[in-house]
Order: sequence, then C-alpha cells, then structure tokens
Amino acid sequence: MIDAPHRRDGVRIAALIHRVSGVGLALFLPVHFYVLGLALNDTAALDTFLNWTDNWAVKLAETGLVLLLSLHLFGGLRILALEFLPWTPRQKLFAALAASLAVFVSLGFFLSAGS
Amino acid sequence: MHRRAEVLDVLVWRGDANGGGYHSYGVPAQESQTVLDVVTWIQQNVEPTLAYRFACRVGMCGSCAMMVNGEPRWTCRTHVKKVFGAKGLVIAPLRNLPVIKDLAADMAAFFDKWTAAEGRFHPSKSRNDAMEPISPEAPNRVAANAAIECINCAVCYAACDTVTANPDYFGPAALNRAWTLQNDVRDAGYTVRQDAVSSSGGCFNCHSHQSCMTYCPNELNPTASIAGLKRLSALSYLTGGKAR
Repeated sequence: MIDAPHRRDGVRIAALIHRVSGVGLALFLPVHFYVLGLALNDTAALDTFLNWTDNWAVKLAETGLVLLLSLHLFGGLRILALEFLPWTPRQKLFAALAASLAVFVSLGFFLSAGS
Repeated sequence: MHRRAEVLDVLVWRGDANGGGYHSYGVPAQESQTVLDVVTWIQQNVEPTLAYRFACRVGMCGSCAMMVNGEPRWTCRTHVKKVFGAKGLVIAPLRNLPVIKDLAADMAAFFDKWTAAEGRFHPSKSRNDAMEPISPEAPNRVAANAAIECINCAVCYAACDTVTANPDYFGPAALNRAWTLQNDVRDAGYTVRQDAVSSSGGCFNCHSHQSCMTYCPNELNPTASIAGLKRLSALSYLTGGKAR
C-alpha cells in the first residue's frame, strides 16, 4: 500500500546510484574488451569502428560512460571513507560531493571531446 | 482532556502468518495522541481481538514498534500529528519479521541473531576478583557508550533493506550490540565474537544505507558500529588475528 519512504533518503539514493553505475559499467566492459581485441585480430575492422565513433552521438554516449565511471569511483571512495575513517555526521555532504565531482569530470570530458 | 470533533482515518493491518489485509477505522482525534493510543482505542472500543504488543508506554521497553505510514517507529513516542499524512494513518506490523497476529511480529529471529552475533557478555573475572577500573574517557569505552542505549525494539531491523534481501544477515541491532562488547575491556569473548561478526551473516553484508541510524528512536548509529566491526575484521585479517 505504501512504499518504503526510507528509500528516498539521500545516502540510500547514493548507494543505489553506486550500485546501478557498477552494473552499467559491467555491461559496458565486455563490449570494451571486444573492441580492444580487434586491435590484435582485425585492425581494419577496428579502424572502421573508430571512424564510426567519430560523431557527436557517440561522444555523448561516451560522456555517459565517463559519468558512470566517475560516479562509481567517487561513490566507492565515499564508502571506503565511511567504513574506514572515523565516523562523521556529514555523510549526505560527502554523497553530494561525490555526485558533483562525477558530473564535473564527465562535463570536462564532454568539453574536451569537442575540441 | 480536550476532545476535538475530528475523526482520524486509520488503516490497520489485520491477519496472521497466512496473510491478511488493511481494515479501516475512525478514531476520535485527541490532543497529544500517540499512535499507540490510536491502536489501544481501536482495541478497547471496536476490535477486542486486535493483537498488538506494548509494555512501558514511555519509550524504554522497545515492545511497541510498528510500521506507521511505511516507516518503522516506536508507537508510544510517536505523536499522531507528527506522522498523519494525506492517506491518514496506516499501521502495520514490523517489516522483515514474520507476523504472529495483526500488529504483533514474531521477534524470535531478531533475538536469535543477537545470539548468532555473540551478543552476550563473556565474563573475564569472578566475584572474588577486584573490580575492573574503567575510565569513562578511554577511547574504547567512549565507542561502547555511544552504542549501548539500544532498547531492542527492532526498528532498525525493520528499516534495513539488507535484511530484506538476505534473511541470514544478523541486522543492525545484533551487530551494534557486538560492537559494544568488542569495546568492553571486561569481556573475554573478543575472538569468538570477531569470528561470528565476520561470518556469512555478519558485518560485511552491510551496504551502509544508514536506514538503521535514520530510524533508530534512541538516535544510535548502528551503521557506524558495523563500520567499526568491518575495521576490526580488516585489522584481524591483516595481522593474522593477532591484533585486538
């Protein structure tokens, strides 16, 4: 009848984002390794693929990947700090900082990809 | 007591381990009315067979915790005006525990996990020994003191999504208790307890969602206690079990 309101808490959402970004990266990695493998097995196919990636839609998708990666990285550092450093009541601040840093890094990637 | 004319719309879950559903009641609103007052009014005036649990009514015994509008709360210290929402008042038995009847949850699993987490004191002295001097300023005593006011209400256990996902997980209260004992210099069960809290149901299940500290009515922080147990386990691993 009523959903679980505790799931709307900021640090709970930070944990969810950390988990979902990890799953996203896990789905991406096999494709990433397959393309890397083309460098050994089929360089012509790799060149064709790299030429195909040289457009804005792919850059935008790559920005999404960088966002996932940085969300997972900074979210992971947040959890390490939470569990291994003395407790601080500012966990929501750290979660917001991790998210802000991730957005900052991915925007930086997007701007540099365009230049 | 001043009695207002309004009637509270209250939904109460009724049923047993085989299932049940919400029943609707109209309860007269009163000043300074707690959720436990509402449940008691229904039982005394409408539904004599309504099962629920309470004892002290002043937030000490930990008996009366229930889900109120989807959140676990100690109902004797929860004012209706604080939680009454657009859907009125929806009262259900504690989450993550089997139901015995209506609002009374079966707490057996909750207390079994205290035992599994070695939540009992292992004496290191007899009555013939001198009393252990304990400095209130000692760091491990400060850490223990921050976590000892647990009233076993199972609010944290009901708030924990990790318990929902893994029924074998000891949960926040049992591990919080273990943390207080790991910091007690009088206790002789450190090693056996460290093995217990590092086992498959132990502290490494915790995802640090912090729902336990969000809802603990005594404002304890089981997430920090569990993080402390994780640090002790890591230290134990790195030192081959020699560090304490």
